[in-house]
Amino acid sequence: MSLQQLRGKAAIVGVGHAGIGEAPGFSAMEILGQAALAAVADAGLTLRDIDGLATCSSAASMWALPVAEYLGLRPQFIDSTMLGGSSFIAHLMPAMLALESGQCNAVLVCYGSTQKTGTFSRKAMSEAFRLIDPLPYEHPYAPIQPLTSYALAASRHMHEFGTTREQLAEVAVAARRWAQLNPEAVMRDPLSIDDVLSARMVSTPLTVRDCCLVTDGAGAFVLMRADRAKAQVAKPVYVLGNATAVWNRQISSMENLTVTAASESGRRAFEMAGLAPSDVDVVGLYDAFTINTLLFLEDLGFCKKGEAGAFVENGGIAPGGRLPVNTNGGGLSCVHPGMYGIFLVIEAVRQLRGECGARQVKDARIALAHGNGGTLSSQSTAIFGVEETL
Amino acid sequence: MTAIAPSLGGPDAAYLHHLAQGHLRVQQCGACARHVFYPRVVCPHCGSADLRWVDARGQGTVHACSVVMGKPGTGTDYAIVLVDLDEGVRMMGRVQEHPQDQVRIGMRVQARIVEQDGKPLVVFVPQGAGGAQ
Repeated sequence: MSLQQLRGKAAIVGVGHAGIGEAPGFSAMEILGQAALAAVADAGLTLRDIDGLATCSSAASMWALPVAEYLGLRPQFIDSTMLGGSSFIAHLMPAMLALESGQCNAVLVCYGSTQKTGTFSRKAMSEAFRLIDPLPYEHPYAPIQPLTSYALAASRHMHEFGTTREQLAEVAVAARRWAQLNPEAVMRDPLSIDDVLSARMVSTPLTVRDCCLVTDGAGAFVLMRADRAKAQVAKPVYVLGNATAVWNRQISSMENLTVTAASESGRRAFEMAGLAPSDVDVVGLYDAFTINTLLFLEDLGFCKKGEAGAFVENGGIAPGGRLPVNTNGGGLSCVHPGMYGIFLVIEAVRQLRGECGARQVKDARIALAHGNGGTLSSQSTAIFGVEETL
Repeated sequence: MTAIAPSLGGPDAAYLHHLAQGHLRVQQCGACARHVFYPRVVCPHCGSADLRWVDARGQGTVHACSVVMGKPGTGTDYAIVLVDLDEGVRMMGRVQEHPQDQVRIGMRVQARIVEQDGKPLVVFVPQGAGGAQ
């Protein structure tokens, strides 16, 4: 079987989320459970129908075990591959293969974090990471991780292509304008280019407004074989392509700071889908920092290398712009609970089902969701379509 | 070229051992001839295990730079750089003896070995500022 033959063989039948923003008094597992229940209910299923599980966490070493236990699952397929924020997009391909082989019939992909209000805070996690994920050739210089790594890539993009801080700020402003159309987004106050530029500088050239939010949140979706999906729900969202690429862990080991492994994951995902960037109606790019959006627009082929700064100018990716990007408000303005990838899938599904209200992209038929993990380290691209794209 | 001496432990330990003796050494692959940093037991370019230690001249060029901002007015800002050594390997570092807000991509720098937290560490100074291996 070729990857092209796998195109459209599985579909997302339900999505759910919980605890967006702050979930005081709740544990990560509790909001994960709520999101999982919402996703299976959205699919017209119960947890008894779930026989496959894909999940991971940055705060636990054997996360699939307590998740299976907590939800009362006896999964026949388990994937807990941990690639950072791209993980829940990277979980698609193994889940599709497991469904296609008959190993299981309904895979729950889920994530939850209370890094904003929980006792295992972002700060405590950073300290723990120094021990469990040591970077002895970077840590002694005290970069702010992961921020400084992205700032180094931004410095290089500016040096090589003349990209400006104003162009980076355009990314944050566009995300905020989309967030203002999304009642679920955490940050909805007006935001201008000047606001971003004059915000507190953290690690040059990035200010605090070039950085994603730190929030709580949980998300989940359910994947089934296409034949069962069609019988199960009115609007299955089909997986047309998915590919994952990892080239390095540390920014100091990245061969070219302005070309990420998204250039490989994107090419392979588009090949599987038999599509090109010009076919995509709505785009989700993991915007942990403003530079991400520029790099991924280029690496996925929405514009040429070095031209993303100009591409986003004058509201190019904001509502009414040339390409709708991060329509939920992104990690910059909607939600970012440590790992954000699952929310990219959820927004793609909602756009293709036409459920997005004021931010709905008209006649959206094909959506792309691109996840990033580590420090521009892991990249996973998924392309989704409605039934008529099969 | 010197083969890895077993008494030094693994490549991480050997690297620190060399630094402690005042030598910045990186690995070079006997199979593909490319230099390798950070130290490993396998060449990431070709998969060979034939890695040998060679002296690096310690001269390089700032490839990327970000200044981490301390509290305003405390003078605690510090620049994090990626430096491309002339041997063709990249490493993270900081630039000392230079105004931190004037560290620039393209600057020529020289490695210097300092001690931090009881371990030797490579930092950089602008070329001509008396850096030593």
